[in-house]
Amino acid sequence: MILRRGLLIVFAVVFLIPVYVLLVTSFKPLTEANPSQAWNLPQVWTLEAWRVAWEKLAPGIWNSVLLAVPGSLLSCVLGSMNGYVLSKWRFPGADVLFTLFLFGMFIPYQGVMIPLVQLMVNIGLYGEISGLVLAHVVYGIPICTLIFRNYYVTIPDELIEASRVDGAGMLRTYWSVVLPVSAPAFAVVIIWQFTSLWNDFLFAVFLTGPTSWPTTVMLNNIAGAQATPYSQQMAAALLASIPTMLIYLLLGRFFMRGLMAGALKG
Amino acid sequence: MARKGGSALRRARAWLPGLLLVTPSIIAIGVFVYGMLGWNFSLAMTDKHDEVSEGNFVGLQNFVDIWDEPRWHLSVNHAILFTVVFVLGALVLGWFLAFLMEKGIRGEGTFRAIYLFPMAISFVATGIVWRWLMNSGQDERAVGLNRLFDVVGLPQWAWFRDQDWGMAAMAIPAIWQMSGYVMALFLAGFRGIPEELREAARVDGCTEWGVYRHVVLPLLRPVTLSALIILGHISLKTFDLVMAVSGKQIITDVPAVFMWVAVFDFHDPAKGATIAAYIVLSVAVFVIPYLIWSVRKERRS
Repeated sequence: MILRRGLLIVFAVVFLIPVYVLLVTSFKPLTEANPSQAWNLPQVWTLEAWRVAWEKLAPGIWNSVLLAVPGSLLSCVLGSMNGYVLSKWRFPGADVLFTLFLFGMFIPYQGVMIPLVQLMVNIGLYGEISGLVLAHVVYGIPICTLIFRNYYVTIPDELIEASRVDGAGMLRTYWSVVLPVSAPAFAVVIIWQFTSLWNDFLFAVFLTGPTSWPTTVMLNNIAGAQATPYSQQMAAALLASIPTMLIYLLLGRFFMRGLMAGALKG
Repeated sequence: MARKGGSALRRARAWLPGLLLVTPSIIAIGVFVYGMLGWNFSLAMTDKHDEVSEGNFVGLQNFVDIWDEPRWHLSVNHAILFTVVFVLGALVLGWFLAFLMEKGIRGEGTFRAIYLFPMAISFVATGIVWRWLMNSGQDERAVGLNRLFDVVGLPQWAWFRDQDWGMAAMAIPAIWQMSGYVMALFLAGFRGIPEELREAARVDGCTEWGVYRHVVLPLLRPVTLSALIILGHISLKTFDLVMAVSGKQIITDVPAVFMWVAVFDFHDPAKGATIAAYIVLSVAVFVIPYLIWSVRKERRS
């Protein structure tokens, strides 16, 4: 038992090494950017790197908010409707359709990227945040549908049946029976989608331009510039991670449920 | 006859609204997933090697020709090495962490939170710190892990800049990021095994190791398979991490980065589409059987 505990603590320390480095480096002044002090705590603590990083990153963070908030809400609406139909209002071929949806969750997005860029250019959404939202909402349909479907399956069929007998149609039943108990599933999907949208790099780098770059692309540009000191890079990395880390710390329970629901997905 | 038709109509009236509600999603998935995959494959079968030409059908020419490129071989080999190290590493570490925790331990919530938090952060952000940690500078110029290793007397290494084994180093941040997830999967697997089963085996005279070997491990097989599939498909399309840690350098080239270079630096859509098609195929060969298997299994239960 003590051995297990000891090993777990060792692993926990190893897992936290990158966090230590990020924090320590981000508070160092430029004068301490010296390999021999790489692992030391700062002698002088300063927020200078954070200030510069914020100035550079702020437009990207704003773009990410404009991307992730509407994107995750729209995903919820679609996912909830699909999940409801595929679990409680099934039509012939619903299983096959669901499998076809699921494959959409696994495709490497590289496989659709070149046509997607072309399409976005054609419909005038290339380089726009709305184009990126559209892409994320569409490619998020499979996972969101899956989460809602798996949640709605647990609602007893009798409840739906009773509502039908009372003469309620599909939408009425959704509104009065299903939606009121959906809060946990909404929480899971919002958190899952918000995190994926916030952290996405691939779609963003293919579909956005300088005015619509979200946080990840800006961060990569900041880090890619040779002249950017490590203290600023690390402060920027921390800034970019704050929203998703907060969600993880405050709502970890729902985050976990999303992960397990997505056991089919990465 | 009329009555039969009437009941079919009534049944259709029961499910038709559902179909209508899902229709927007069906169209979206049809166009954006299947349509675009098809579009990409047909682009890969043309000679559209610049952005202005129309592109004529050339069959599988591009799929064959790409094997003449040294860079393609390099990126495929890199992806294979990365995949092997990452998948095995994350699987073993995740399993081991779950194994340490499965019987319940004080502070389990804290441990879980620590092992899982890397998943909440983007590879771009973590790539920055890992690039610093795995800096290839040595001796006086050493920062990061080399500096630490130097102090405690371990050998220094070029990490991801190593000619032969660099991609094994590149897998380290990916293992760090994903092993907590594997741990969570295995932990759920361990906890799903009824204690009576273990107890029964013990009564039958099994040693603790025997119980583990003959009762627990076989029951963890489905979890292991899910984890393998998830890790494998992440691995084959890896892009963010490599871009964040080393950028477009040849030394860590993988197909996804090569595709990006083909599209944006070489301006060769057909080549980009060919690489993309290979990435899709490499994932599809094991994901499609897995999906069909798991949907069937669900329907049976």
